[in-house]
Amino acid sequence: MYFNKDIETMPLKKMKALQLERLKWAVGHAYTNNEFYRKKYDDAGFHPDQLKSLDDMRRVPFLTKQDMRANYPFGLFAVPLDKVIRVHSSSGTTGNATVVGYTRKDIDIFAEVVARCLVAYGASEKDVIQVAYGYGLFTGGLGLHYGAEKVGALTIPISGGNTDRQLMLIKDFGTTMIACTPSYALNIADYIEKKRPDYDMRKTNLKAGILGAEPWSESMRREIEARLGIHAFDIYGLSEIIGPGVSCECFEKSGLHVHEDHFYVEIIDPETGDVLPEGEKGEIVYTTLTKEAFPGIRYRSRDITRLYRDNCTCGRTLVKMEKVTGRSDDMLIIRGVNVFPSQIEQVLMEIEGTEPHYQIILDRKAALDDVEVMVEVNERLFSDEVKVLDDLRKRIGDRFRSVLGISAKITLVEPMTIARSEGKAVRVVDRRKI
Amino acid sequence: MNVTQLSVFMENKPGHLQSVLKILADAKINIITLTIAETSDFGILRMIVNDAEKAKQVLHDARITCSTTEVLAVELDDKPGSLFKAIDAFVKNRLNIEYMYAFTEKRGDKAVMIFRFDDIETAKKALVQEGYQIVNKIDIIGA
Repeated sequence: MYFNKDIETMPLKKMKALQLERLKWAVGHAYTNNEFYRKKYDDAGFHPDQLKSLDDMRRVPFLTKQDMRANYPFGLFAVPLDKVIRVHSSSGTTGNATVVGYTRKDIDIFAEVVARCLVAYGASEKDVIQVAYGYGLFTGGLGLHYGAEKVGALTIPISGGNTDRQLMLIKDFGTTMIACTPSYALNIADYIEKKRPDYDMRKTNLKAGILGAEPWSESMRREIEARLGIHAFDIYGLSEIIGPGVSCECFEKSGLHVHEDHFYVEIIDPETGDVLPEGEKGEIVYTTLTKEAFPGIRYRSRDITRLYRDNCTCGRTLVKMEKVTGRSDDMLIIRGVNVFPSQIEQVLMEIEGTEPHYQIILDRKAALDDVEVMVEVNERLFSDEVKVLDDLRKRIGDRFRSVLGISAKITLVEPMTIARSEGKAVRVVDRRKI
Repeated sequence: MNVTQLSVFMENKPGHLQSVLKILADAKINIITLTIAETSDFGILRMIVNDAEKAKQVLHDARITCSTTEVLAVELDDKPGSLFKAIDAFVKNRLNIEYMYAFTEKRGDKAVMIFRFDDIETAKKALVQEGYQIVNKIDIIGA
């Protein structure tokens, strides 16, 4: 089943022609209607008129996360604010957040690509879709919500958390699909095992999980499918480009089809920036082809993957990307939240105005990511009173929650106990087996 | 005159106390009394030593986190009820004790109580008013 059969099964040649036509519009739109793009392209000696073939895309300068931050909040919008009807934001501190805007048409496109994903997972208007992603500035909740409504499914805007209520609605409303992070899906399985042994997910109507917003592995998929008795499908996206729905799996569960009529994708060598041939592994770069408010032209996602076309049995001709396996920068995804080690450093520096040595240890002991932050206690932080040190620990924990949106166990350690390699402290120890 | 206490940050792990004691022993620092405040992850070793500044320096050089704090040392009769009476002076003045510990002098029949206050001067005044003997550094070292 397809939501938009013409597009999803379009012959490659026709798709490439459509992409070129739309690319010319998109690059021209960014150049004409946004000062930052215009200046950047002028400085690089590039003009949209030079874009004659898809191959010419390699001449277009990249857009980076730093560009987005530098243009906070609305500097990258290419329409007047009265045409923007919604904003979302990537996670991060105020100074680091990226604000993305949507026109009415952009919201329609967002809903359409999510709807395509849902139909690829088998959804129709007969389904009951429980959206357990957080609603708010995060694109996950509202993104899935509009997509599910577009399909015509009964949409339950329950948002994240409160597992008891999630379980109750799955049963009472006859939920057939749940959208959440893969770690929350496992958390539900743990919860049932520990607290609700009477609850049998197999006796409910739940048949599929729409899982995304964090990296997850095939072994996690097997575990979720076995423990909840559902199909676990990957949905991929990034708020800088649109949100969830940039690509999705089909029933094959091998690779994600990219909605390439709206998002043009390239793989580059993260070191040199050179475009790599199809099939090679590298950093995926996105260009929005139709978005009006917040065009993203050659956005360096830092996600590492591979693109390929394999005559998928689902009939979709859309290019496939492998599940994202890593990043070309130091960004961490903790319980669906994007965190850079530099943000952790900033939080700690704000505490005492000093830069303590720290190490963040990530583990996935139960279903959820465990975060421990070890902070070396130097003489400026130290006190002979336990209450002062306890208070320090509490303040660091509170700052983590309010600034980064993650709760972490804060452990105070002696100086020089954090491993240093070649004199440089090892900031992150990731023991999660993803 | 107040007494200088040496405080050392220690993780709650085997061998950590010993490594601190080794550094102090090598520097010929004599420990007169000590106490440890412990939490699940870390402890604070608090000591009265014969030379707090020298001890602080050698620990600091060994990259061990430590600090010195002024505490109040009070001489009490080593008999029932004397601590109760001394504390009464603080209660009357609504002074909160952050922490305290004790030791007995080698000679004589006196006990020495160590008190940590946020406002050490007011606490000292309260005790002197009640006729207590405040112990200074020299007394302890000579003990």
